[in-house]
Amino acid sequence: MSDIKNQVRAYIADNFVMGSNAAKFADSDSFLDLHIIDSTGFLELITFLEEKFGIQVEDEEMIPENLDSLDNIEAYVSKKLVKV
Amino acid sequence: MALLLHQFLDAAVASKPAHVALISDKRHYTYAQLGEMVVTLAAELQQRGVRRGDRVALFLDNSVELVVGVFAALAAGAVFMPINPLTKADKLAYMLNDSRATALVTQATLEPIYADALGHNKTVRSCLVVGTSTLCDARIASYPVIGANNAAVADPGLIDQDLASIIYTSGSTGDPKGVMLTHLNMVSAARSVSTYLGLRGDDVVICVLPLAFDYGLYQLLMSVKLGATLVLERSFTFPIKVLERMVEHRVTVFPGVPTVFSMLMNIGSLASYELSSLRMMTNTAAALSEEHIRQLRGLFPQATLFSMYGLTECKRVTYLPPEQLDIRPTSVGRGMPNEEVWLVDDTGKRLPNGSTGELVIRGSNVMRGYWEKPEETAKRLKPGPIPGEMILHSGDVFRTDDEGWLYFVARKDDIIKSRGEKVSPREVENALYALEGVYEAAVIGVPDELLGQAVKAFVALKPGYGYSERDVIKHCIGRLENFMAPKYVEFVDALPKTDTGKIKKTGLA
Repeated sequence: MSDIKNQVRAYIADNFVMGSNAAKFADSDSFLDLHIIDSTGFLELITFLEEKFGIQVEDEEMIPENLDSLDNIEAYVSKKLVKV
Repeated sequence: MALLLHQFLDAAVASKPAHVALISDKRHYTYAQLGEMVVTLAAELQQRGVRRGDRVALFLDNSVELVVGVFAALAAGAVFMPINPLTKADKLAYMLNDSRATALVTQATLEPIYADALGHNKTVRSCLVVGTSTLCDARIASYPVIGANNAAVADPGLIDQDLASIIYTSGSTGDPKGVMLTHLNMVSAARSVSTYLGLRGDDVVICVLPLAFDYGLYQLLMSVKLGATLVLERSFTFPIKVLERMVEHRVTVFPGVPTVFSMLMNIGSLASYELSSLRMMTNTAAALSEEHIRQLRGLFPQATLFSMYGLTECKRVTYLPPEQLDIRPTSVGRGMPNEEVWLVDDTGKRLPNGSTGELVIRGSNVMRGYWEKPEETAKRLKPGPIPGEMILHSGDVFRTDDEGWLYFVARKDDIIKSRGEKVSPREVENALYALEGVYEAAVIGVPDELLGQAVKAFVALKPGYGYSERDVIKHCIGRLENFMAPKYVEFVDALPKTDTGKIKKTGLA
């Protein structure tokens, strides 16, 4: 299952992070708290998740509990994949 | 009547101590509590040597510590500088050095940025950090908790001509300029804006905009002035969360920019949120389309909608009374109370109604100039009708109709407005040139449904270099606030030139 985290981490590393926050961020760290992703960035991240994992992120699911850390994304995407 | 900006808070603490002043991060703070936190931090700042007129930089997310920082810096006699937490190290260092800030108040989650900036700065003597800092630097100390400092705050002896704030804004030269605002400027602006809006002491205002942006900052200042309640959100990143907060706290006032309203209206389940308490929405930074105005009014029929226009140099310029919205939906209205605006031609001559020209502003809300930039100041502040007074040349071209209502036409410079934020093409180009192998770069704004304008870069590379679009964007994110980074990068062999060899942007799209 850590596959999801690895893919998302790689995507974030490729697209958003630079500097010293990049290397350090832990699976449980909030992207917002550490200023890794801003509001426009989250919209891009959602597009990535939808394309990469073939899921549809509903409006109601666009919440930090689902999206604002690698742990949260893994749990959320896994749940969506089971439903599909 | 308050003459100094922080007297807004003193008055509210005295008259409504138990009223909730702030709701931030799910916690409630009464005016009395806020007042106590301000005294603690102001005493700490003074003990650390902050004196009348010193600059105190506030590099924080929207938070109670930032709110307290604003009023504490003022109470200590200092000038507060709100800095967007998306700012990167080079620019933070530039602002600290340019302003010769003596204190920095920040948060541990921004450590990689402020640590780097402090390494290039010698003026800051104290850096107060919210959270645990791991940095080894004698200047670092913890943001004081209530009671940590029981010293009395010495009266700094301010008058309303003293500076209250320096707010950095993007300029066409690429170097940010510090807009100097006095207590009189800010008290006047807060009074005029809250008067025409009709804000009340029982309002609950939600702020999703950064307090480093004057539109966000004034939500705080006006809310405190009225003794109202401010619900402070860090951002509009998760609109559903903001909606839940609006329902929970029975929010009455929602200030937004077109990108925020656009995201709001895209939420399919919007109608299921009980928002009947909402009585007012305000928009500025960029114009709402007629279609968006129509949709918003359909969604919130009980709420009045104010279209407004402003610039940091004088806070707000115009507003359209809501009852005019059906008559002239694309107008930004007229000058606000206690302020005079008119159009001038290229020679500075006042133009009659029905003309097109540069908008000028006269009023006690007009800035004192750009910090230590006399040439830039002279371009914007020019002699007014009364000897010795200065009026502000906005740099924006408007037209008036026969009745004098104003319509935005164009900017005189090439500043891009993306997501409601100003983006200086030169600043982005400077960042692009810092990427090894970039031979030429030109940056323009292109229309974008969500952002208003998106930043687009044209880049010519030196032989032997190859980058992807994403490589270039990522490089820019490392140097610029994220909203300034290009959304699109187009690689070209060479950029078009003028006869004198300068890069010519007309024709790029």
